[in-house]
Amino acid sequence: MYRQALWDEPLVFEASRKGAVGYLPPSLEEEIKQAGARALSRIPRGMLREELPLPELSELEVIRHYTRLSQMNYSISTGFYPLGSCTMKYNPVVNNELAALDEIALLHPAQPEETVQGALELLYRLEKALCEITGMDRFSFAPAAGAHGELAGCLIMRAYHAERGEERSKIIVPDSAHGTNPATAAMSGYEVVVVGTDSEGGVDVKELEKLVDEKTAGLMLTNPNTLGLFEKDIERIVEIMHDAGALLYYDGANLNAIAGVVRPGDMGFDIVHLNLHKTFSTPHGGGGPGAGPVGVVSRLEKYLPPPLVVYDEKTGRYRLDYDRPSSIGRIKMYHGNFAVLVRAYAYILSMGGEGLRRAALNAVVASNYLLAKMRRARGVSLPYGAARPRKHEFVLSLSRLRRETGVRALDVAKRLLDYGFHAPTIYFPLIVDEAFMVEPTESESKNELDRFAEAFERIIAESYENPEMVRGAPYSTSVGRVNEARASHPKTMTPTWRVYRKRAIELGVEK
Amino acid sequence: MGQTGYRHPYIANSTQETLEEMLRELGVGDVWELYSDVPRKYILEKPPAIEGPLSEQEVQAHVRSMLSRNKTARQLKLFIGGGVWPHYIPAAVREVISRSEFLTSYTPYQPEASQGMLTALFEYQSLVAELYDVDVVNSSMYDWATAVGEAFRMAHRYNGRKKIIVPRFISPERLAVAETYVKPLGLEIVSVRQDEHGRIDEEELKHLADRDTAAIYVENPAYLGFIVENITAAGEIAHDVGSLFIVGAEPTSLGILKPPGSYGADIIVGEGQPLGLPMNFGGPLMGILGCRHEQRLVHAMPGRLIGMTEDIRGERRAFTMVLQAREQHIRREKATSNICTNQALCAVAVAAYLALLGKSGLRSLAEHILAKTAYMIERLSKINNIQVPLFDAPHYMEFTYRMRGVKAKALLNKLLQHGIVGGIDVSSMHDSLNGAVLTCVTEVHSREDLEAYARAVESLGVG
Repeated sequence: MYRQALWDEPLVFEASRKGAVGYLPPSLEEEIKQAGARALSRIPRGMLREELPLPELSELEVIRHYTRLSQMNYSISTGFYPLGSCTMKYNPVVNNELAALDEIALLHPAQPEETVQGALELLYRLEKALCEITGMDRFSFAPAAGAHGELAGCLIMRAYHAERGEERSKIIVPDSAHGTNPATAAMSGYEVVVVGTDSEGGVDVKELEKLVDEKTAGLMLTNPNTLGLFEKDIERIVEIMHDAGALLYYDGANLNAIAGVVRPGDMGFDIVHLNLHKTFSTPHGGGGPGAGPVGVVSRLEKYLPPPLVVYDEKTGRYRLDYDRPSSIGRIKMYHGNFAVLVRAYAYILSMGGEGLRRAALNAVVASNYLLAKMRRARGVSLPYGAARPRKHEFVLSLSRLRRETGVRALDVAKRLLDYGFHAPTIYFPLIVDEAFMVEPTESESKNELDRFAEAFERIIAESYENPEMVRGAPYSTSVGRVNEARASHPKTMTPTWRVYRKRAIELGVEK
Repeated sequence: MGQTGYRHPYIANSTQETLEEMLRELGVGDVWELYSDVPRKYILEKPPAIEGPLSEQEVQAHVRSMLSRNKTARQLKLFIGGGVWPHYIPAAVREVISRSEFLTSYTPYQPEASQGMLTALFEYQSLVAELYDVDVVNSSMYDWATAVGEAFRMAHRYNGRKKIIVPRFISPERLAVAETYVKPLGLEIVSVRQDEHGRIDEEELKHLADRDTAAIYVENPAYLGFIVENITAAGEIAHDVGSLFIVGAEPTSLGILKPPGSYGADIIVGEGQPLGLPMNFGGPLMGILGCRHEQRLVHAMPGRLIGMTEDIRGERRAFTMVLQAREQHIRREKATSNICTNQALCAVAVAAYLALLGKSGLRSLAEHILAKTAYMIERLSKINNIQVPLFDAPHYMEFTYRMRGVKAKALLNKLLQHGIVGGIDVSSMHDSLNGAVLTCVTEVHSREDLEAYARAVESLGVG
């Protein structure tokens, strides 16, 4: 069995010792100090800070604290992380080494162009590769994450229709879509219209035909979708949208199933965002930073958020193009998450076209292999197109298990942690009852997949034999099941140490 | 699947034997059967024609060689800020965020297995809350600019009003991003004058502020480095018309300057990069966003929030993501924002940085930067034909100057010939800034660096 580290680790505020310090800036020459004193005396007293209630710790105490915390954190380096729709593949360590180079770290984004030619060349080449992989014509690297790329994409739809003098108010998203799709469409000022899923797990084409009209700006689609199924009617879907003058947006979260195999551009998509922290292996950092470059076909190029990277043949130099009058405008400072983009470029170099294609095929084989083993388990079903092959991920329903044992998908997920595996994505997509969404990626060996399937089978057996035990899981993680209700209740919600302190004082627990 | 013998270090089952064994188990003869539902015409006959594959050793050489064409702070003296600033990063910060347990984890959807990340993010929120003197801070936005855009949207969500007032000398990039963010809501952004001291024109602000004003936003220190001495008055004017007061502050300055929460900020924003993140050619950065602890305001907040709770047995303290019902994965089109992946690892770096410097370290750093800024201004002011600073106010970390009769662009080009990146040409911001350069001084600049800068400027005056 697995046993996660458990430290009784105080917060930095609790560990604080008066007078300790973990880092000090260099001391100042006397004349600089005096200039400082003069400046300080010029600042009105009322503008100066009195209290600075930060903790005080030595350097070792800080290192030890965060090292211990890291040991209480599950990661790809720790074990298998089959989180559906998140593509938790191996993050090659060489890419981290490159991203940490001084040539990146010590480069200011507003330096003169002639001093940043290496960085611009890298962006230029990365753009070329992404265009080739997706079938798009141009990319902007400004978006910091997938949802940020979606925002750029939806604003591009707005700008495109507006310039054509058309007022289109609706964006269609499937009921299986990632939550970011409807959230982004709404944030961009659109009304969200939901299209259902047919029994085979694809967009309900008949319903789509009825929903689309002259007010429809576009459709946001993930293909393969979040059920792990390829939208087999994609030709018809594209035709319906384009006939109505609407645009097609490709959510790149699931690109790992088809990278190097099928191109969104060839299917007829007009706008694409890529999650470089998924398909292109950059580490997710516990929730970012990622990168979500947005790409378009040539007729939409002028709307891309600046800057774009341009190669000037005359001077032989790369430059940044900010002068883009039809653009949707700036969506972020500077040119995107460069240190993440470097890692993605290095990954692409390591893989080449054939490597990307083989990674996709292997991810799909791994997914179907694991599915074949897991669907045999009692209480488990595979909703939507049960006979169809899945792509990089699949979604089981544990509905029957719940009916027969009272054990929910949540409980099985928590119990998996005890076996040393991260849980799959659960309760998503919303159209599957007791959803259990597994994405193994090409990084995991057959042995690891076998071990995971065995653990799953054992948990199912445990659920029938001893459901109470499973419902109480996990037991091997640094804390047991967390009280989520208390965490978000208005009376007990504690977002910071100072709120905790204030409440403790109010309650008379502490002074 | 092509020739046998293909192997790749990142593909676990790349050998033909293993693959065939797995396919046999599936009852599938050929891997392409798994793509049988994909219209044939879309399947590429050949893999895409891109660079690679290269071995790890070759990737190293290739990328390093390309990047060696960059000229960094190792070869140039960088006196440039404006949104990303050169700072020293303690080695311990890099050590902390190199831990692969942090680096290679996903968003902590399973709190029981992710207490390390959740605790670190809770500490980030708590440390920044102390620094800005507010009770609630989310676990990060993409950068200061997007945080401003989201803060404006948050204000509108809170009070339904449609006007935002900003100072004239706001960062043009932050303003541009914010405009993109609020455009779909139809919000109007208007600007208020600042005088030669950088003070907000209170009369004009009173005139502009009305019952349709969602928020008044002020930056302190300002984008141009001056300290806005009457910022408190701006807050009072905002509150007089029942609108929100949003304050943007560069975080190291709060080692000496009064924190925004103490003078009435309802929402605070800022950039985390100065607190332990490399410049990285502009990214990743990290947006700070926080607010007062009022339930309705907190519920209008974008982004992830970590909270302290306990296990269900009530035996151990635990941390988890809270108020997720505001977020896209639960609320979908009714979410407060679409943000999902944020800048979590950067927030851990900021937590480690603030824990290292602590009370006295951050104060020393701020005093250090204030002193060097003042020294540099005094040193430059001895040069003929220079006007420095352009605002008669105390400055922190950045300041503006001009050389009479020399265009900012020409000045910066000349400095570059001396190996100096002298700042940002801000002359297009406003008529009063004709010829102006925005220059940045931090703890990374030695007295010799400052002297070299001054000499280079001096040599222009002579020529």
